[in-house]
Amino acid sequence: MENGYKMTKIKSRIAWVIATFFAVAAAIVAITPFIFMVMNSFKEKFEMLTKGVFALPDKLDFTNYIEVIQGNFFGYFLNSVLVLAVSLIILLMISAFASYPLSRFQFGMKGLIYSAIVACMSIPVHITLIPIFKMSQSMRLYDSIWALIGPYVAMGIPISVFILTSFMEQIPKEIEEAAAIDGCGKVRMFFSIILPMAKPGLSTLAIYNGVNMWNEFIFAYTLTQSQGNRTLPLAVWEFKGQYSMNTPMIMSVLTLTVLPMIILFVFAQDKLIKGMTAGAVKG
Amino acid sequence: MKKDGITLARKRQRNTNCVAAIFLAPVIILLIVYIFYPIVETFRVSAFDWNGISSNPKFIGLGNWVKLLHDDKFWTAFLNNVKVMVLSILIQIPLGIAMATFVEFAGKKATIFKILWFIPMLMSSVAIGFLFTYALATNGGIISSISQFFGGTNIDLLGNPDTALYTVIGVIAWQFTPFYMVYCVAGYTNVSKDVYEASVIDGANKRQYFVHIALPLLKPTLKSAAILSMVGSLKYFDLVYVMTGGGPSNATELMATYMYKLSFAQFNMGYGSAVAGGMFILISFISLFTMRILNGRKEGR
Repeated sequence: MENGYKMTKIKSRIAWVIATFFAVAAAIVAITPFIFMVMNSFKEKFEMLTKGVFALPDKLDFTNYIEVIQGNFFGYFLNSVLVLAVSLIILLMISAFASYPLSRFQFGMKGLIYSAIVACMSIPVHITLIPIFKMSQSMRLYDSIWALIGPYVAMGIPISVFILTSFMEQIPKEIEEAAAIDGCGKVRMFFSIILPMAKPGLSTLAIYNGVNMWNEFIFAYTLTQSQGNRTLPLAVWEFKGQYSMNTPMIMSVLTLTVLPMIILFVFAQDKLIKGMTAGAVKG
Repeated sequence: MKKDGITLARKRQRNTNCVAAIFLAPVIILLIVYIFYPIVETFRVSAFDWNGISSNPKFIGLGNWVKLLHDDKFWTAFLNNVKVMVLSILIQIPLGIAMATFVEFAGKKATIFKILWFIPMLMSSVAIGFLFTYALATNGGIISSISQFFGGTNIDLLGNPDTALYTVIGVIAWQFTPFYMVYCVAGYTNVSKDVYEASVIDGANKRQYFVHIALPLLKPTLKSAAILSMVGSLKYFDLVYVMTGGGPSNATELMATYMYKLSFAQFNMGYGSAVAGGMFILISFISLFTMRILNGRKEGR
């Protein structure tokens, strides 16, 4: 009996050692490219090739970073922030508007409208690309960051309405009834009761949609053209043309584009993770 | 009196409809302008031979669609998408479960692993694409450097048509495995601690607990993870476009990269629209079919 117990104990110890070994291996695979990026971003143009990729840089040299920032980096950054802020505010506002009647009212066509909105979740954006490209040209929005607002908001609507509707459905009916007895109309009900109670859902969606918009590539690439009107994901593209042979320089640009996400991760890890996986309710 | 009641109810319903219409209007208008109209328009444009600029495109009916059916490049791209899809599901989800299970069993001690494993998620697809073009380069890349250290030669994974697609799939796995890890960790928190304790009291070991209790309870989580991974792989674009542009010799061409190059590099927007439409039909069909199977099985149980 005691022998058997010992055996299982040894077995489980061995299992843990093996599992930890794989865990460490996975961690190395996960962070090596990242370390490669950060470490080489501090090197000089030829240092990387002469010293080897994994050698530590000679000194903590911010020359690359300074050069990148003195380039047009802030332009891209500012464009990204602007597009993000405007799109996100519009998206959250109108999604909350739409979710209110879908979750709390009874009216004809409700089911149809809801399904039509939610069905848009699995539509590949590529099918909308050519018409939106033509549309932004005829609306004279082409090659300005304002061309991105419409597609970005539309892209986020299905999931946002889906999540907010199920969120608002959980708010107890009694609260609403009590307010109605006090003479609160439907519109005021939304602003003074439902919207404040939906705040947690809104903050999760802000992160989910915010990360998507911050990283969005295909619309930004298609609908803008000149350097001054492009967003951060395209910055690397431009810098690559400029410094094609200077790998450390590209690595500093990459590190800078990832920096906002790292900061967010350090200060609000749980919220970020929760927000980023919010989209997983699809299907 | 009764009549009054009816009109009052009707009035109220009319009021409700009115408020609903006002609240729904912005969302509906935006979806029509940016999703529904473009879909219809794409199918309309697919009936023309059009370079995207000329003001009188030539109507060719189903010409583009016939071309699409016989276009080897498109079907190669579709097959590549299917390979990405199958391998992504087979690699990322099991790894995600394994990582989540490790974190779950090891408890607080494993938090550091969770953090390190999550790091790839912080980068955008575009940034990852660029990073790996350099990390996998023959000159000063990670793999080649390791190979040289052990006395080998440069390894050009992305330049070789035989390995390029699998390399891309590997990078995609690097990017998205953490997502499924976090997702399964969340799934585990739904499996209540009581269930685990009860199973331990009944004498189940960790393996038995995992196979017979946790895994069945994680099933809904895994099911939506699979659908998510599937739809995502079929419309994959950013990373591949940045890393290989579909090359070498179409080895990593996907439906989306093919469509993009046709429309915005060759300005063959008529045929590009047909490819986009074909992609839309295939994705809708495959996802409806899968959802039906997965949900049907659930009802049958």
